[in-house]
Amino acid sequence: MSAAMNPGVTDLWPFLVLVTVGFLPNEIWRVLGLVLARGLNEDSQVVLWSRAVATATLAGVIAKLLLFSNGSLAAIPLAVRLTAAAVGFVAFLVAKRSVFAGVAVGESVLLAGGYLFVS
Amino acid sequence: MGHGQAMPGSNPSLLTFNSSAAAFFGGARSAFMSVFFVVLAGTYVGLGALAHDFGLSAFWLTLSTVLVWAAPAQVILISGIGTGAALFEVALAVTLSAIRLFPMVVALLPLVRTRSTRLHDLLLPTHFTSVSMWVESLRLLPMLPAEQRAAFCNGLSVGYMGAAVGFGFVGYYLAAGLPPLLAATLLFLTPLSFLISTARNARMMMDRLALGIGLALGALLTIMHVEFDLMWAGVGGGTLAYAIHRLREARA
Repeated sequence: MSAAMNPGVTDLWPFLVLVTVGFLPNEIWRVLGLVLARGLNEDSQVVLWSRAVATATLAGVIAKLLLFSNGSLAAIPLAVRLTAAAVGFVAFLVAKRSVFAGVAVGESVLLAGGYLFVS
Repeated sequence: MGHGQAMPGSNPSLLTFNSSAAAFFGGARSAFMSVFFVVLAGTYVGLGALAHDFGLSAFWLTLSTVLVWAAPAQVILISGIGTGAALFEVALAVTLSAIRLFPMVVALLPLVRTRSTRLHDLLLPTHFTSVSMWVESLRLLPMLPAEQRAAFCNGLSVGYMGAAVGFGFVGYYLAAGLPPLLAATLLFLTPLSFLISTARNARMMMDRLALGIGLALGALLTIMHVEFDLMWAGVGGGTLAYAIHRLREARA
């Protein structure tokens, strides 16, 4: 990106970045899934295995988001983030597997921890 | 909620609609009544504020929600652009975070499809695949007759996406008044709700194993800065969970 670009191109730049750096690298995995899923039925072993891989990958994303947070969440100490996630999870189990209860309790712990340990 | 009763394929249809349109609106209604509505609202208020702080337009944010439709990728994209990271590195981080979408689509589409479904009918459910929609679809679709699942799934997704777009605007225009601690709380919704909703859906031992092994392996590989950490955690952890499941089945 150079300052010599005309204004039209400069205005379009964020959208070009959105498509090439955001949309395409993200969408390619959905399209690959569509290609692979052709001809598979609900009860096939490949589908069952895919569910296990999807769940484990998602778990990996969760671990990464908790350990290496972005944006303003990065300012909250790691111990507070992990404690909040753990307490939220326990609350979910205690409250008869209520997602709402787990999320509400986990968020409250993060808020309290952030209030006490930051600033 | 019948714990362990809603196994795929083992129960008759519990939810039926008179038409595809009714199934679509049924899906949208269930989107507004689920816990993910609240989670998405909060997450996208946070994303809206983030986009505002990094000088992106509200229209850009909306387009990114519609096109990317994955909160972790959007956070990476927006903070990457905002902090001036190398675009190649941002693209790499986005694609690594998106690998999960591949097995998710593979596990979802066979539920949505019938014998008469054509490829173009699957394009929308494919694009709409995201954690919130996937978790709810895997839970609810087995209760619907096969020919109404695609419409229900699209309605559900449009409901979620509409909420995300709307609350993205709210966050964008509230950004100036959003204290950092509250912004952090909103960003925390993504990992927390992913964790808890995945655990709720994990009724089979295999799913619980995949979640537990994936968390441990993901944390370990991330801390060790192994390249393609998420891919290894997913394929390794998922395959291990699947293998244990097959072994237990063979013994039973």
